[in-house]
Formats: sequence, C-alpha cells, structure tokens
Amino acid sequence: MMYFSRLKTAVILGACLLGLLLCIPNLFASPAAWLPWRTVHLGLDLRGGSYLLMEVDMKAVVRERLDSLMDGVRQALRPGSIFYQALEAQPDQNRVLLRLRDPAQADAAMAALRPLVTADGPTGARDLDLASTPDGTITLTLSQVALTARANGAVQQSIEIVRRRIDETGVVDPQIAQQGSTRLVVQLPGIEDPNRIKELLGKTAHMTFRLVDEAANPASGGPPPPGDDYLVMQDNPTQKIAVRKRVDVDGADLTDARAGSNPTTGEWVVNFTFNTVGGRRFSDITRANVNHRFAIVLDDKVISAPVIREPITGGRGQISGSFTAASANDLAVLLRAGALPAPLTVIEERSIGPELGADSIRAGAISLVFGFGLVIVFMAIFYGLFGWFANICVLVNLMLMLAVMSLLQATLTLPGMAGILLTLGMAVDANILINERIREEQKNGRPPLAALEHGFTRAYSTIFDSNATAFLAHVMLFVFGSGPVRGFAVTITVGIATSLFTAWMLTRLLVSRWYTANRPKLLPV
Amino acid sequence: MFIKPRFRLVREGTTIQFMRGRFLGLLTSAVLSTASVVLFFYPGLNLGIDFSGGVVMQVRTEGPANFNQIRAALAAEHIQEQGVQRFGDPNDVLIRLGAQASEAGTQQAVEHVRAALEKSVPGTRILRTDAVGASVSAELFRNGLLALGISLLMILVYIWFRFEWQFAVGAVVTLILDITKAIGFLALMRIEFDLVMVAAILTVLGYSTNDKVVVYDRVRENLRKYKTMPLRALIDLSINETLNRTLGTSMTVFLASLPLALFGGESISGFAWVMLFGIVVGTSSSIFIAAPILLLLGEHRLRRDATPAPTAKAKATPPS
Repeated sequence: MMYFSRLKTAVILGACLLGLLLCIPNLFASPAAWLPWRTVHLGLDLRGGSYLLMEVDMKAVVRERLDSLMDGVRQALRPGSIFYQALEAQPDQNRVLLRLRDPAQADAAMAALRPLVTADGPTGARDLDLASTPDGTITLTLSQVALTARANGAVQQSIEIVRRRIDETGVVDPQIAQQGSTRLVVQLPGIEDPNRIKELLGKTAHMTFRLVDEAANPASGGPPPPGDDYLVMQDNPTQKIAVRKRVDVDGADLTDARAGSNPTTGEWVVNFTFNTVGGRRFSDITRANVNHRFAIVLDDKVISAPVIREPITGGRGQISGSFTAASANDLAVLLRAGALPAPLTVIEERSIGPELGADSIRAGAISLVFGFGLVIVFMAIFYGLFGWFANICVLVNLMLMLAVMSLLQATLTLPGMAGILLTLGMAVDANILINERIREEQKNGRPPLAALEHGFTRAYSTIFDSNATAFLAHVMLFVFGSGPVRGFAVTITVGIATSLFTAWMLTRLLVSRWYTANRPKLLPV
Repeated sequence: MFIKPRFRLVREGTTIQFMRGRFLGLLTSAVLSTASVVLFFYPGLNLGIDFSGGVVMQVRTEGPANFNQIRAALAAEHIQEQGVQRFGDPNDVLIRLGAQASEAGTQQAVEHVRAALEKSVPGTRILRTDAVGASVSAELFRNGLLALGISLLMILVYIWFRFEWQFAVGAVVTLILDITKAIGFLALMRIEFDLVMVAAILTVLGYSTNDKVVVYDRVRENLRKYKTMPLRALIDLSINETLNRTLGTSMTVFLASLPLALFGGESISGFAWVMLFGIVVGTSSSIFIAAPILLLLGEHRLRRDATPAPTAKAKATPPS
C-alpha cells in the first residue's frame, strides 16, 4: 500500500501536471488556431443570454400528412370507378375516413388503397393501418411509428431552418439542439432580449403563389366556394380575398430573396429568384393568366395580389406591399432560410442579462474563496500535518475538476459553482476518513507503517461505498434535470471521480513520501 | 507548528450510549416529519415557476424601487401580477405572474410587462425573464419527482447488495424521513420550491446516505470482529468510533455551504440554507434514526446472517 514505484509516482504526478496544463486554456484566449484549446463554457445564467425551448406543432404536422393522404385516396380510387360519399380527415384520431357508396366494393377499394401503405424505416413497420367495416367504412390510420418518424423529421428540419434564420441575425455561437421527440432548444449567448429572434422563429414563412378567384365575393358572407379559401390581407386584417386552394408555385422553389427599393416609387420591396422548376412554372402561369390577379400568400395571409400585366419569364420577381426597411429585410431572411415544416411555439423562456450574470459570478467567487478558506483552516486546526495533506489534495482536486470539465467542454452554471463547494466537502471527507482510521489503527497499538497500511486499506472501502451512492443520486439528477441544474450534476459527478483519485493516489503518495523522509516513531494524527 | 492537531471534536474513548435515546430520537423524528407533512399540505409548498408555470421577471430600477409605481403601471395595462417584491438589492424588483391559459399567452404576458414598464417606469432594465408554459412545468415536476424516486431506489438496491437488507431498509426509511423534514423546512421558510431545490434535496440525500454508509460500514465490520457483543452495545460502539469523522465531515460541508448561504445571492442562498438544514438533519438522523432502525430490524437476525470473522484478531471485548 505505502510503496510507490518510480513509474507510479511519475504517473500520478504526470496526471496532476496534465490537469494543470488542461486548466491553462481557461485563463487565456487561444494564441493559435491549431492548438487544442478546450475550455469550460460559462452557462447562460453566468454570461447572460437567452434559452428558448420550442415545440413543433405536431397537430399541424399530422393535419398536413392527412391532407396529402386524402389527395392520395382520391387519386387511388378514381381509376377503378369506386365511389364514396364522405371523405374526411380526423386529426384527433390521426386518421382519414371514407364511406363507400356501395359496400360491396370494399375489397376493390382496399386493393386500390393498399399501395398507399409504405414500409417505413429500418424496422419495416408500416406507416398506415388500413381497415374496413362491413358497412363500407374504410379508415386509414397513421401508425405510431410513422408519427414518431414524422415528428423527428419535422424537428430535424426545423433545426436546420432555425439555424439559418438565426445565423442571419448575427448572433454569435448559437446552440440549437433537439430535445425529446418534438422539441428543440435554442441557446443564444449574449442575447438579453430575444424578441426579434422569437419573431423570426414564430413564423413558419410558408409562401405560396396562387390565383385569385375574381368571381367569388368574400364580402357576401357564407362559406367560400369549393376549391377556394378566403384569406385576409396582411396589412388590412378586415379585408378578405378569395384565393384558389391550388398552389401554383411554392416558396420552396425560391433560391434567393433580398430586400431592395423600387427605383420609381422608392418603396421597400423584396426581390426574389426562382430555381429552374419554379421559374418555368411561374412563367407558364403568368403567361396563361395575363390581366388576372395573382396572390402572394405568406402563412395564410395575402401580402399582395397584383394584376399580371405581362408574362414574367426571367425567373425573377418582386413583392411589394407596404414594407418598411426592417420588415422587407425580415421577409427576405425568412424566404432565404426556407419554411418551417410546422409552426414552433415557445414553451419555456429564460433570459438573463449580462449584468445579473456578472453579479452571480461575483457572488459565486466570493462564496468559493470563503468556503475554501474556512475548510482549509478547519483541516489545519483539527488534523495538523495530515490536514495539510488533505488541503493540498483539495486544491489539486479543484484543479483536476476544472481540467476534466474543460476537456468535456462542460458548462459551468451558478448551481455548478455550488457543486464545486460541495465537492470540496466530499474530497475533505475522504481525507477525514483516512486520518481517523490511521489514528485508530495507531491507537490500537500498530506501529506507524502498519497503521498507515491498515488505515488506508480500510478507509478506502468506506470511501468507495459512501461516494458510490452520492454518485448514483447525481447521475439521476443529470438524466432528469435540465438547464443550470444539469450543470450542478456535472460538477458533482466529475468532482466525485476526481476526489476518489486524489484520495486514493495523491494523499497516499504524499504521506508515503513524508514517512520515508522522516521515519517518525509516532504519527502526528 | 502545523504538525500536531490542535483540537479534537470528540475526546478519546468517548462512550455515549446513543441507543438509550433511540425511542426519544425516533419519536422526535416522527413528530417533526408529521409536522412537515402537515406543512406540506397547509400552507403547502411555495412552488417556483419551474413547477407552477408562469412568468418571473427581475428588473433593476434607477435608484430604490418604487413598488407602488410598478404595481400601478402593471394594473394600468390590465396585467394581473401575483407579486411585486424586493429581491435582495433595494433597486431590484421581482415581478411574478401566474400560469397563463396558453403557451402563446405566456409569451404575450412577457411582452405586456415589458411594454408597461417601458412606458410608465422609464430607466428600468430587465435583468432576467423566466417564462414557463404549463406543459413544461408539469413535465419538470414529474422529472424532479422521478429523479428523487429513482435515486432512492438505487440507494436501496446498492446498500442491499453491499450490506444486508436491514441496512438498506434502515437507510431508505431514514432518508425518506430526512426528505420530509427538508420539505417541511421549505414550506415553513417559504423558500421557493424549484428545480434548484430538487438538486438541493438530492444533494442532501447523497450527503445523508454517505453519512449512514460510514456508520453502517463500521457496524458491519464490528459484527465480524465482536461475535458475541449484543447488537445494541455494538451499534453504540460503532457510532462512538465514527463520531469524530461524522462530526468532522459535517462541519466541513457545513463550513463550505455557509458562505453560499451568506454571500451566494438571492438565487442560490435558498439552496444553501436547505443544504445547511439537511446537513444537521442528515448527521443527527444517522445516529438517532438509522442506527435505532437497524437495531429494531436486526436484533435477532443480523447475528445469524453474519459471516464468519475474516481475521484471526477478533477480540471478545471492545478496547476501552
């Protein structure tokens, strides 16, 4: 127990030295790009910033899927002259329901609909459950597997779009990640007031170009004619306009959008460019509908509905509609970044100003200094020399914790700083257990070396058991916790691991060195 | 001068008969825990927005805050606040809104408060905004409880495997009593119960388990060492032997947490107070609750279960 080979001594001291080395990046900025410069991240509660937890509107995702499924049903049943009375989507039950006019055609209908069912993903699970009843009712229900896959896809796609939109605003180092199956976390360091970002993310920005139905009159009241929607004008919510349901060109076909100003009128506009497919469709539509009105619809609101004066063939166009410089620019950003697959809702927001973060850092630092001071004085008074060994271990432990956290690029939060102080208590505890045990062994009449041997051996089994339970509790906290509390769990679990190392290796090495140098008759414990 | 220890917390050869006070200890604990359960229901926990949902905004005014002016500003905009109060510094104000009907409503509420302050109390800066929707708060609460429950379960299983089942039951029952007292303390002191408090309770749990394991470890060792000593005397001996360590560790953790409670600032001091309370409760419960339960459960069984002594040095009587 008390013998350390040169190699072992070198390894232990090397580990401590490596720890010191790994701490250095936290003190200076990286001098060269090629150096591995890993540091502890300050949590948003310390550096200031915004945390937004957003949820993808799964209802919208399901509704959209059911809509396209209904289209599929119509197309599948048309060639076989299978007639049905009612075809409706029931989003609450994730299904499409149709009633056949002639129940005898049920088998034929089922056969025609079967190709709509596709195997999904590596499990080969089907994405649709097809069922029929004797009275000729057929249901197509989305399976759970398909819903989960769709939610995942929607979140992944949203992350991409959200990243593009945020990048446009110039926020430094934003972090966007999936959480659970339908959520994403957006962290914006240094952003105190996330309003602009929330506004940008609050729009799906799904743009469509559709023809206006000039025969219909929304002012007459009553439901819109089949194939039409009554949509409100963006700048005048009381005015409605009848727009065809059919989407002629989709915003997804845009390749670029920029804010600019109209040279003749001086008003703000958004200039856009289509890709080849979009450009061709746009020119076809405009050629066939000269002197008709064409609506530009964003998220079910009509931005403008100009009359087509001549065919637009260059694949370029312009949107005008009482923009300001800021709103034209925002729209351009949204169109460039692309549409979100479904609306996002902010369900949790935490914003902290840098002022408060600085206050927290100061308070945390003062507590750390006082806490360490008190413990060091306590150990020196109550354990003398062995107390100083413990104090050295505690300081090395602090350094190693910082090193491991830098290596993991972990996040330090205010509760995390509290965690550091508590780990200090645990590191000291290991040394107290060792000291008490050695003292007891000596009291029971063992000579110094044997007392050390037995003391360390016995103390370690206790140290291990007592730390294992604390370790388990904090791993649970990490798994189920969120935000700053996770930072706390991280510091404590890292701290338990490093304190086991310092107690197991460093204390023993220090004591062993001291013993061989002095060979005391009685241990001063 | 730094070689010899200056003081000892407990003198050599202390033989306090702790188990004499076992019924008093259990009774005191039972009374405190019952009182805590009562406090839990009435007046109940002061749920923070992590768990209740709603909006909390911390603002800093120029000069000492005029609370009535802020209240009037909010009332003028028809914002229903649940509290406008001082938060530490006289310039700092905490504005609290209850849970809103919808997620969008929560976001709008934040906007309204911001606008109202800008309009009526110029120069106010918003330092912090926490807005938690209803679905998230329910989930956070569930996860907090899960973390607590699973931790307890894992501690139970771990101690069961490393010791005998009596030890595991003794530890977990004691821990549950400790947790109820910590919750009673939260309810009594009106400390806001949020995620950080769950972390505090889990830390108290970890610390308290740690303390129990050290005492139990010694009991297990002594069970092998002194084959014929009555369990009661043996437990007393074990507690006395580990008393210096128990008190020493408690004091260091206590000293480490104390600055946090005093200087850690409003947001962390609640955490630190719960820690301080938990350290006192956890340390005393190791001696007065966990050990008596072990004595009650193990009176006749532990002896039979004990494995033969691994060392030949076993003595028949404890050293004086």
